[in-house]
Amino acid sequence: MPTDYAFPDSAAKTANAIEAPEFQTEKMSLSMGPSHPSTHGVLRLQLELDGEIVTGCDPVLGYLHRGDEKIAENMTYNQFVPYTDRLDYLAPLANNVAYACAVERLAKLEVPERCQAIRVICSEMARVSAHLLGLGAYGIDVGAWAIFLYTFTEREKLYKLFEELTGARFTTSYTRIGGVARDVPEGWVEKVDAFCDQFLPILENILNLLTRNKIFIDRTQGVGIISKADALAYGLTGPNLRGSGVPLDLRKDKPYSGYERYEFDVAIGAHGDCFDRYMVRGEEMRQSVRIIKQAIKSFPKGDWYSKDAVRIFAPRKDKVLTSMEELINNFMITTEGPQMPSGEVYFEAEVPKGALGFFIVSKGGGVPYRMKIRSPSFCNLSILPKVCQGNLVSDVVSILGSLDFVMGECDR
Amino acid sequence: MSSPAAAPATDLLAVLQARFPAAVARPSGDHPAFNLPMAEVPAALRLLRDEHGYDLLIDVTAVDWDVEASPRFSVVWHLLSSTAHGYVRIVAACADDAEPTAPSVVSLWAGANWHERETFDLMGIRFTDHPDLRRILMWDGYPFHPLRKDFPLAGIETPLPDLEVADITKATVLPAPMMGGPFVASTGEMNLTEAEPRAKDESWNERNAKPAVL
Repeated sequence: MPTDYAFPDSAAKTANAIEAPEFQTEKMSLSMGPSHPSTHGVLRLQLELDGEIVTGCDPVLGYLHRGDEKIAENMTYNQFVPYTDRLDYLAPLANNVAYACAVERLAKLEVPERCQAIRVICSEMARVSAHLLGLGAYGIDVGAWAIFLYTFTEREKLYKLFEELTGARFTTSYTRIGGVARDVPEGWVEKVDAFCDQFLPILENILNLLTRNKIFIDRTQGVGIISKADALAYGLTGPNLRGSGVPLDLRKDKPYSGYERYEFDVAIGAHGDCFDRYMVRGEEMRQSVRIIKQAIKSFPKGDWYSKDAVRIFAPRKDKVLTSMEELINNFMITTEGPQMPSGEVYFEAEVPKGALGFFIVSKGGGVPYRMKIRSPSFCNLSILPKVCQGNLVSDVVSILGSLDFVMGECDR
Repeated sequence: MSSPAAAPATDLLAVLQARFPAAVARPSGDHPAFNLPMAEVPAALRLLRDEHGYDLLIDVTAVDWDVEASPRFSVVWHLLSSTAHGYVRIVAACADDAEPTAPSVVSLWAGANWHERETFDLMGIRFTDHPDLRRILMWDGYPFHPLRKDFPLAGIETPLPDLEVADITKATVLPAPMMGGPFVASTGEMNLTEAEPRAKDESWNERNAKPAVL
């Protein structure tokens, strides 16, 4: 696979060639962020510049550190669900699902097929929504304003659907350990289906605005190349890893929540540059829609929560109000938390940004003893010092946008 | 790098024990997990990466097994094979409970750099031979390691990161308002540990001053 081929018109290359003594000046230190439009949140880059060329890059994190892992040790498993919304706050539903699956892995609990299908639809809708935002913002970063308006119109339609399902547009908190908060409302699945049908042609329009756009191509092709070996060495996951040509997708390779039932392709890049990462995300949205359509077509009837999980999933409200047994159980689950066995598990799910992992150490009971959140954005950003080196300052903006990170998840 | 298939769990134990006789299987809820002596971890990880296809260092973290426990800290590594798609967990206990150290694996995976910085920052494990062991999430000069079990959930009063600002404003970083704060009921005469057993931290309330240091 060609990873280090030459790009004849790369501006950085031309600038590198200028070695005449009159261009040799002192190095400059530039602080980019924490509130810079291209850092998409509160990331600060301490850049060292030689003219326009980046000779050093030190990302400064932690502006959004809230101590989620410490908080998790002090509350029950269900109480932590809202905190997972605030990890990758552009795809809260996908985080909810990843977290619920992780804790269920600890309890060795299988949820019914309908619940799995709901979770798959939620994850994929979240993926489409997150990639739409990523693409729109990326367009703005590199000078293509119009695309933002198209992607946000579509995102708004998704948010309407999220609101109907969960009661919240943004912070969904939809999953519970052993199920979801409530069944899908009547007619909701059909609405999602209708959204998918009208979305596909619009998605093609959106991608056409960028894929053949000369300015966009010039800003992204051949910029920020990450080789396959580097991508693996830095623990990249998700579209950033696949953009470098490694076909690792946990939905395919470690299927969870019934992903093995759906047909979809894993898109990979050939060069590992910013353009490839963009193309991978574009294709992922098409595949997500494909998965949603399949899940809706075979949408199972039945339970939407695990009936075996007596001491984990809170009983139905009507039962709580009429039966002593259920009332006590509801009280116990609310106050003590869902009862988990002791043990150690590590579960990763493929969320829009990559592999979101939860390492849970349990000593039994309703509260985790230790919970480590492995955030994909954190690992994806760790390659920045290497990949920014030798690029122009303006290319740093391209690279940041193409890595598509979220600081809420990076800093936790 | 060639990509040999990841070996099943039982074989992995045999593979590890052939080179590292002290390796033992560790109880695990899911993936194969092994306990190793701390000094042998880099060599074992290299073996798993180069000869058994575990080419992705997914995560490095640590667990504090309680203030009185000995060994108090364990460091945990998770590897994933990008070709055979299996995980493996390696756990090693830190010998020193007061000054826990672990060998750095940055030379094997460049991505370990930030993971180890985070583990140092939040748990206080020192990684020997790390090229740049600074704090990463908390600010430079922050005096505590917040994920340790003896660090209270509410936090501890510390100086502001910017000393110039601290000088002018006389402000400090205050613990979270767990009592008397919004949506928090007053515990009356009780201290928080009695009133809310899960908030296992302060023995102070409105009447008893909070401890200055840990």
